[in-house]
Amino acid sequence: MVLMKLLRLKDFPGKGTFHNGIHPPDCKAFSRDRAIEVMPPPDRVVLPLLQNIGAPCEAIVKPKQEVTIGEIIGEGKAFVSASLHSPIAGVVEKIGVCTLPNGRHLPAIFIKAKGEQITGQALYDDVIGGEWPKDCPAIYYPSTIAKAIHDSGIVGLGGAAFPTHVKVRPDDKKMIDTLMINGCECEPYLTNDYRVMIEAPGPIIAGAKHAARAVSAKEIIICIEDNKPKAIEALREEAQDTVIKIAVLETKYPQGSEKQLIKAVLDLEVPLGGLPADVGVAMSNVGTIAAVARGVIRGKPLTHRVISVSGGGIAKSKNLLVPIGISMKAVIDYCGGLTEDAARIIAGGPMMGFAFSNLETPVTKGTSGLTVLTHEDLRREEETNCVRCGRCVDVCPMQLVPTKIAMASRHGNLSLAQRYNILACFECGCCTYSCPAHIKLVQLIRMGKAMVMAGRKK
Amino acid sequence: MIKAAERQQTVTTKDIPSPEIHVAPSPHLGNTHFSTRRMMIDVLIALVPAMGMALYLFREYALRQLLIGIGACLVSELIFVRLRGTNVSLKDCSAAVTGVILALSMPPTAPWYATAIAAVVAIGLGKILFGGLGMNIFNPAMVGRAFVMISFAGVMGAGAYEATGTLVDALSQATPMNAFKQAGVLAPVPQLFWGLTNGSLGETSAVACLLGGIYLCVRRTASWEIPVAMIATVIVIASIPDMAGYHGGRLIMHHVLGGALLFGAFFIATDPVGSPLTPKGKTIFGIGAGALVMLLRLYSGYPEGVMFAVLLMNAVTPLINRWTIPRTMGEY
Ligand code: SF4
Ligand code: SF4
Repeated sequence: MVLMKLLRLKDFPGKGTFHNGIHPPDCKAFSRDRAIEVMPPPDRVVLPLLQNIGAPCEAIVKPKQEVTIGEIIGEGKAFVSASLHSPIAGVVEKIGVCTLPNGRHLPAIFIKAKGEQITGQALYDDVIGGEWPKDCPAIYYPSTIAKAIHDSGIVGLGGAAFPTHVKVRPDDKKMIDTLMINGCECEPYLTNDYRVMIEAPGPIIAGAKHAARAVSAKEIIICIEDNKPKAIEALREEAQDTVIKIAVLETKYPQGSEKQLIKAVLDLEVPLGGLPADVGVAMSNVGTIAAVARGVIRGKPLTHRVISVSGGGIAKSKNLLVPIGISMKAVIDYCGGLTEDAARIIAGGPMMGFAFSNLETPVTKGTSGLTVLTHEDLRREEETNCVRCGRCVDVCPMQLVPTKIAMASRHGNLSLAQRYNILACFECGCCTYSCPAHIKLVQLIRMGKAMVMAGRKK
Repeated sequence: MIKAAERQQTVTTKDIPSPEIHVAPSPHLGNTHFSTRRMMIDVLIALVPAMGMALYLFREYALRQLLIGIGACLVSELIFVRLRGTNVSLKDCSAAVTGVILALSMPPTAPWYATAIAAVVAIGLGKILFGGLGMNIFNPAMVGRAFVMISFAGVMGAGAYEATGTLVDALSQATPMNAFKQAGVLAPVPQLFWGLTNGSLGETSAVACLLGGIYLCVRRTASWEIPVAMIATVIVIASIPDMAGYHGGRLIMHHVLGGALLFGAFFIATDPVGSPLTPKGKTIFGIGAGALVMLLRLYSGYPEGVMFAVLLMNAVTPLINRWTIPRTMGEY
């Protein structure tokens, strides 16, 4: 640990950590050491037309139409939108409606499997295995790379699902100096990025090289928390003789959040309401960058992803390579089903993920994992009044005053909430986690934010 | 309230046993080691050395005050909460904390009715009137104590501390604060440190207060900024008359150890409800409280000033909170 601390500070202006934050138990032992398994292809996939932040794509297939693996089925016409591709060979059943974990009902393309599928090791090699170049050959222009990313329908796989081609492209207005690859995975339970870093450092390095060309970044930094020594080692080895640097950071939640990570590594603060590009940074998660490598080098769109299935409520915790659109039920069944004391199923990690109960919900591009908590994990004492202890202030990584914002939201006092910068809250959950009065601060703030946004639109 | 918001649904697919699946907004984890109740229990634990010392030194006097203080606080909480029609909140242990702190801040010989009235006022006026725990502005125990101090000046003032003809030695001396105020006599430092002096029940032993206080700060139930800033301020201000009068530091020790400063700094000023939210605000609060303590001790008619200092700072806490809104990350 001491050695880690020393390594952490070398080479970077940042301190290897950010202000405040929390140290929840990481709970990664459930699935950390399980190698990625390839799930057998499902009978059916359900692909919502909106799986990213921004505009939905438009379906360009008709019912009964046959589709092949990787064929484009939805076209992202708007700038902030991503195209959609079929992960299996099959027949379009219908364009119906499905429900996402966040409760939204969305039009979706239903595809029934038909014909020969790629499975097992062949699929693994196709997605993250095999040989990857360490360099980006000169034939790739920034614009060709950006177009390949766009055509592959890649969005951020870390959970936010922001279309990657919007971030990773040549931009005359905003100069990018640094490409940061985010391998922090600070959410408890999740291990999908960790497994990718260990098993497939090749596409991460290759993808980083290509993405850096696209944004003309001079520096490439891969950021990993110090509780993942194996991942650090794997990437160090792979990054030897390249310009890519590895930044080792303190294990702290939410280290993997963009703004906090930029502060920790580069000691820069993204201005309020701004984007990393405003301080010359483009950031992408390790899984996303591996998908970029596959899209650009192999010309294969984003059709599969690695998810972790973890927690005390699932019979066997695993890391899986799954086709996007597979139902949560299929994934849970493959992992031996839920245990008796399972109490909450979450898409993503327990801090920022969405709880859902409809198991027909599909895995989307942004689903980083499935966490199933037990009654024991959820046990809480009753909510009391705020005792003004200031814990929430002490932990808020944005340096907000959560109690004031939450109470202002509860009373509908939006101008007060805005004076306290309510919109800077990114709902990380640190405040609710730490509050001794067990007040659902994030929920109140979320309500307040929605009211403020609604007011702005008018 | 949370329960109602959760939709309950039972999963019944053939391979899956049918657990109850709840849906709720994130985050789904919480720190289970920390709760309002746990904070209050921490305070009670931290008060054990001070209670022990009081019982050792003042024997039946201490026992009587503690029983009356705690009993009256619990009963009034029960009654007042019933009157307001809200659910009974004895479970959070905050009434017990108020009772212990109140009892320990009373003179050993105070009559039973003074303590009982103080308890009723503390809970009723100090807490419930504002809307219960967390809504109050002032430290409830201090509200109660201030009330009886003003109403029953005779039995609460300096003279009330001394009683002759009892088996309790400590009561035969003047309190260190009073001895100095009246006669300019400084008590020996070791006596102050161990607490073999007269005074309010809980305040005499510096070592007991330090033990409990450090526990609170380590548990982070109390914010260390407040006691540290408060005690440091007292030391700085006390050093002026100390140097002027060539006391060689003994006057500083007198002010730090002799009165209710340590008890107040660790157990009263740190009450989260009446103190600011941010570390910076807490430091300002501590400095203000320390300065007021010295101002009152040096220039007012009372030998002691901790109680009024904390109450005054409680009153300006909302202002301090407004001055010390932290700079949001990325805000310029
Ligand atoms: S952590 Fe909870 S109890 Fe403490 S100040 Fe914040 S909202 Fe209030
Ligand atoms: S959820 Fe918002 S207010 Fe709460 S700690 Fe995170 S950023 Fe701060």
